[in-house]
Amino acid sequence: MAQAGTSVVVVGGGVTGLSAAWWLARSGVDVTVLEKGIVGFEASGRNGGGCTHYQSPLFHEEQRLWPQMDELLGYPTEHQQKRLIFQVDEAKADFHKGLAMRIPQGYAWEVLDGKQVREMVPLAGDNAVSGVLCHFGGHANPQRTSQAYAWAGQDLGVKIRQHVSVRGFETAGGRVTGVETSEGLVGCDAVVIAAGPQTGKLAAMLGVDLPMAAARAEMIVTEPLPLMPMGGVDGHGLYGRQTLRGNLAYGGGPHEWYDDVALESAPARPSGSVLRSLAKRVAELLPRAAHARVIRSWAGVIENTPDGRPVIERLSSPGNVTIATMSSVGFGLSPASGHAIRDLVIDGACSFADISKLSLARFATLSPNWRRDLNWLPPEPIAPLAQGAA
Amino acid sequence: MTLRLTLPAPDRHSIIGKTRSPDERAEIVVVGAGPAGCTAAIEAAKAGASVVLVDENPVSPGLIGTDVPFHFGGRATNAVQSPERLVERVLESNPALAKAFELGVDVRLSTSAWGAWVAGPGLKLHPEGGIVGLADETRSWLLGFDRLILATGARDLNLSFAGSDQPGVMGAQALHALLTRYEAFAGRRLVILGTGDLAVRTAELALDHGLDVVALVEARDAPQGDAARLAALKTRGIEILTGRVPLAAEAGPDGVAALVLAPASGDGERRTIPCDTVCLAVGAVPVIELFDVLGAKRAMNSARGGHVPVLGANGATSLPHVFAAGDCAGLGGEAEAAGRSAARAALASLGREADAPEGVAPVTGPDALAYQLDWARALLATGGEEVLACLCEDVTRGELLAVQPPRYLGWRSNAIARRSLQTLAEDGPVDQDQIKRLTRACMGACQARRCREQVALTMALGANVLPETIPLAGYRAPVRPLPLAVLADAEEPEAMARDWNVWFGITTQWVGYDDIGTEREDEQLRAGMPY
Repeated sequence: MAQAGTSVVVVGGGVTGLSAAWWLARSGVDVTVLEKGIVGFEASGRNGGGCTHYQSPLFHEEQRLWPQMDELLGYPTEHQQKRLIFQVDEAKADFHKGLAMRIPQGYAWEVLDGKQVREMVPLAGDNAVSGVLCHFGGHANPQRTSQAYAWAGQDLGVKIRQHVSVRGFETAGGRVTGVETSEGLVGCDAVVIAAGPQTGKLAAMLGVDLPMAAARAEMIVTEPLPLMPMGGVDGHGLYGRQTLRGNLAYGGGPHEWYDDVALESAPARPSGSVLRSLAKRVAELLPRAAHARVIRSWAGVIENTPDGRPVIERLSSPGNVTIATMSSVGFGLSPASGHAIRDLVIDGACSFADISKLSLARFATLSPNWRRDLNWLPPEPIAPLAQGAA
Repeated sequence: MTLRLTLPAPDRHSIIGKTRSPDERAEIVVVGAGPAGCTAAIEAAKAGASVVLVDENPVSPGLIGTDVPFHFGGRATNAVQSPERLVERVLESNPALAKAFELGVDVRLSTSAWGAWVAGPGLKLHPEGGIVGLADETRSWLLGFDRLILATGARDLNLSFAGSDQPGVMGAQALHALLTRYEAFAGRRLVILGTGDLAVRTAELALDHGLDVVALVEARDAPQGDAARLAALKTRGIEILTGRVPLAAEAGPDGVAALVLAPASGDGERRTIPCDTVCLAVGAVPVIELFDVLGAKRAMNSARGGHVPVLGANGATSLPHVFAAGDCAGLGGEAEAAGRSAARAALASLGREADAPEGVAPVTGPDALAYQLDWARALLATGGEEVLACLCEDVTRGELLAVQPPRYLGWRSNAIARRSLQTLAEDGPVDQDQIKRLTRACMGACQARRCREQVALTMALGANVLPETIPLAGYRAPVRPLPLAVLADAEEPEAMARDWNVWFGITTQWVGYDDIGTEREDEQLRAGMPY
């Protein structure tokens, strides 16, 4: 069990690892974050910013923490409360029934008709058929929040080492005693692996099979528009928000599975295969914004476990290692996932939620061909291309 | 407790089966109808290839008003409101276009190339050749190619000073375009910033068009350009003012009314020069947007104007289907020869008979970044930190140097006040993409055409590193601002709509945690995704 003054190495400077580092530092633990690039520079900083994850065991903690995060961190996250989801397709007019099955008791939400949607969403059009207004949840700025965790951690003594990649682990007596990096060995009393799509490869180095596959997803961003009364507005197969600057930032639609991701470098993240279909849907969702100019697109590379559910677990062997993958839904839950990881590292158990159903043990019966079975495959491979310029 | 593993149905929401064929196809697509692009298109057409030549000019008045593709600075006349006239002017001013037409080149004017893709890591979509995204005022579409020759030229380098965000402060490329291509320049009396080759050419052009050029202003202590041509400019009544930088542009009813100069060293006598236009001619920037979207290797080459694609022989890029010619490959050199060579190399790579590429003499210009940095340093020293570094997003140099969150957040804390570019540099080399997201500098509607370089220069000054070491803030499609309604794919494949999902469509992912392993889980799985 880690005590104050022990040293924990967090592998991965994404939002989950950074939150964990901050939480650990708040408990007086000496933390070093190893990041192969720049903090929050991959999927952690490139996502829709949603903070409304009613399916998660961390949901209550997510909802409890977000309204306090600016104050707790001392840096802005741009968190905004509330979420409005609406549809423009008559066939989906009753979508609130699907939500009713899932939103836990004790969280206020209401069903809106098209007119009510238009009143709350000035950019919506006559095609709005129905909506749901959640008085909980919300959204924040992913990149700003990632940096806020990093800075807040540093203010508590966390060492952030960027451009340092992890190559292996030194073990002794059933424990990890050091992390082998591109800049030498970093000794430690405990390790957290929260490295997004690379988490599986790192776990494998410790003999742990953590099944996951990575894929690329795209978003588009428009020029700023006048602020709507609330920014957390999406639906019609889109996720995203109007930022506090006024840009519309939306994603959704097809993803492209990757064969593999390299351990020590960020995967390529081209965008272009979905952006025109995204533009079409944003213009359909918000017809009064159809004139808005798209000024950029992004892609993020995100991992999923076979059932799409997280793994947040302190391993039995090596017993001082905690692994965490949020399975493509990590940003919004980060205040709570960091807390859970802190609890696992220090106390060996999560103090505020049952997360036992997320145990890695559930994959014991997984077929080795699970990616093929689930059709989690890249498009047909192409022939190697001739070499161009050196 | 034994855990039950519940897996989702096989994925039908991935990109497989949802990509569409390009709307049209050509063996060779050339982007940019300047000297390099026209020559390349003509050469390829002569060899019998099917060629599409795309050029965004004449751009719409709306885009001119938003400084796309050049920094027009509100100095275009109403003549740009007449599209037919502009098309005539573009054809008149570029006889090579007529020749291209005659040879059967499919010339597309007023058409922007906003993206380009070839197969690569993470994008296994287009195994043969690639795709260019095109758009006009009303719609966008995809053009397939076997080979792509990019001849996208150069754009303006903007450096700001107090009052430079008003009509009348413009770039040299914009002035050249308004004078020679559009005959639509609204100014009369100019001050030109810079004394290098670009500034000298700009002054000569302005004089030839009967304009009044008052002075060339130089931050360095000595003029930079050809001595004889500078001397000739002097005899035509132009002052060459060295060791000075603009401190402020004074405002009149129609924008700039005068330019106030200060000694580059800081304090000293100021001088006010009445003028209606300040033309920035300190430098130009190779237009590499599409290379970057394509994923071509690039490198900083200060002797060629900045970040440029890494080239092999005859304009070959690191991507076998993509070639480069002209200023986009690095400023200077023989544009027509480069276009011809690139076309011949592209033809040869297609197995077509073509003359051997004639080769292009290597070019080395002055150290552009050192010169730009001297300007940026002097402008920062004289103008201070209140001057905007990013016009669209209203970010001052001071806010950039202090890595402050945008003002509209109204955020104040001691913690953030202690942060700066220098503290950020302690975590590792400063990165412009990171600074973008933290300060919003370069995140605006102009897609950073007006601020990308000066933000990088200011970062170099703030972190006390060479500007060459600041990583390029990456370009992303669409590289021209396109309305949602224009970018929208009106003819997407049926599977796109049928199998669209808000996220991965993994039904097991959205089952409420408490319900996992209960009957309610099955109920939710039967119901499918929540919305």
